[in-house]
Amino acid sequence: MEGQRYIVFLFPSVSYALKAEKILKAAGIAHKLIPVPRHISSDCGVCVRITEDKQQDVEREFLGKVGWDKVVLL
Amino acid sequence: MPLDKLNNRIIYFDNAATSWPKPAGMMAAMINYNEMIGGSPGRSGHQRSLDAGRIILETREALAELFGCDDSLRIAFTKNATEALNIALSGILNPGDHVITSSMEHNSVMRPLRYLESQGVQLSVVSCSGDGRLNPADVLAAIQPQTRMLVVTHASNVTGTIHPIAELGEIARNHGILFCVDAAQTAGALPIQVDEMAIDLLAFSGHKSLFGPQGTGGLYVRKGTENQLRPLMMGGTGSRSEFEGQPDFMPDKYESGTPNTIGLAGLGAGVRFVLAEGVEAIRSKEEGLTARFLGGLAALPGVTVYGPPDAANRTAVVSFNVAGVSPSEAALELDERFGILCRPGLQCAPAAHRTIGTFSQGTIRFGFGYFNKDEEISLALAAIQSLAGGDTEK
Repeated sequence: MEGQRYIVFLFPSVSYALKAEKILKAAGIAHKLIPVPRHISSDCGVCVRITEDKQQDVEREFLGKVGWDKVVLL
Repeated sequence: MPLDKLNNRIIYFDNAATSWPKPAGMMAAMINYNEMIGGSPGRSGHQRSLDAGRIILETREALAELFGCDDSLRIAFTKNATEALNIALSGILNPGDHVITSSMEHNSVMRPLRYLESQGVQLSVVSCSGDGRLNPADVLAAIQPQTRMLVVTHASNVTGTIHPIAELGEIARNHGILFCVDAAQTAGALPIQVDEMAIDLLAFSGHKSLFGPQGTGGLYVRKGTENQLRPLMMGGTGSRSEFEGQPDFMPDKYESGTPNTIGLAGLGAGVRFVLAEGVEAIRSKEEGLTARFLGGLAALPGVTVYGPPDAANRTAVVSFNVAGVSPSEAALELDERFGILCRPGLQCAPAAHRTIGTFSQGTIRFGFGYFNKDEEISLALAAIQSLAGGDTEK
């Protein structure tokens, strides 16, 4: 994965992030829950990190199932 | 067969108040949370906090599946159905609004409504028949231009009478009225589909037919309804921590403060048990027990049974009285002589007792559950016969 760029999906709350995690697990898409980086938001929650190339796949999985606030490149 | 307490066994017929026993998995899930996880969900990002959050998510997902709700985040957890009903009623109704309810409601609906009435909300209580039935035509006739909400119980906690929820939901939807259902007695015991029944707000109890522990319940909120639904409590949610205003989204808007994670772990196991057994199978078993009991009571002189004559039109709740014995005396005797545990009196539903003509003495209420057995019904019938004087070996 060296050189691969990451993005994070930010959610309204941890409940949403955990629902997103469940959806990605079911879809078999590699992901990681990480604390929201301070430079992105002062929120104390978690966000979902994926590789940049998976953004469209992930958005397709989330659509209609779980809402997200924004997507940020790390 | 000796009637007196068999080897100190009890016969638990108070499932309408809280179910007992619970499925084995319920306590195991609570112990697992306490021993293996223990974190605070939705706060922090460490693994134990996330695991706690996952447990709550799985409980939400199981409930969403049970209620036919396509997004589990539409369900907010509360400590019981009463809190959920208070959110729904106080959160929507304003002075000048009109609200319609039935005369079979529990005080969890009546008391908030009577308070709101004192604050300027217009209230119509539609009369039900002597066996507790609500005629949808009477609800239709009560609708006014300013009617904001129709709130009814799915089934009476006194007579078990099942209200025609789908029909009422259609009436509410056709008139642009919010439809709030009190499912304390029915969640897990009768099929509930929030879309098919046009339910906007569904309040449920976790510790009755969903087999969770006490201290659990929740409120389903139809998408968009949260925009007009004020929270009852505000505070920390773990989300939007940089803002001092309450979050405006589900479920955080209604879930301030650390939740009852250990209870919700147990509730999740209870709901998964219901899903595995199937609501239809649970209903069939409970209806069979109720039919058997109603059939037996009909043969006993001096016993008056309330509610619909047919088990198909009621939940597994039967209210009755024995001539010459007060409900409280009967309950004490059933407990002490026969180990039969039930609930006498008004069952927190004075309006329902006025409707069926048993105010203020009340009734003896048996609430059967999925774990009761035919043999227990037979023993109870013999005990009641003894109370009614049909058995002289007192």
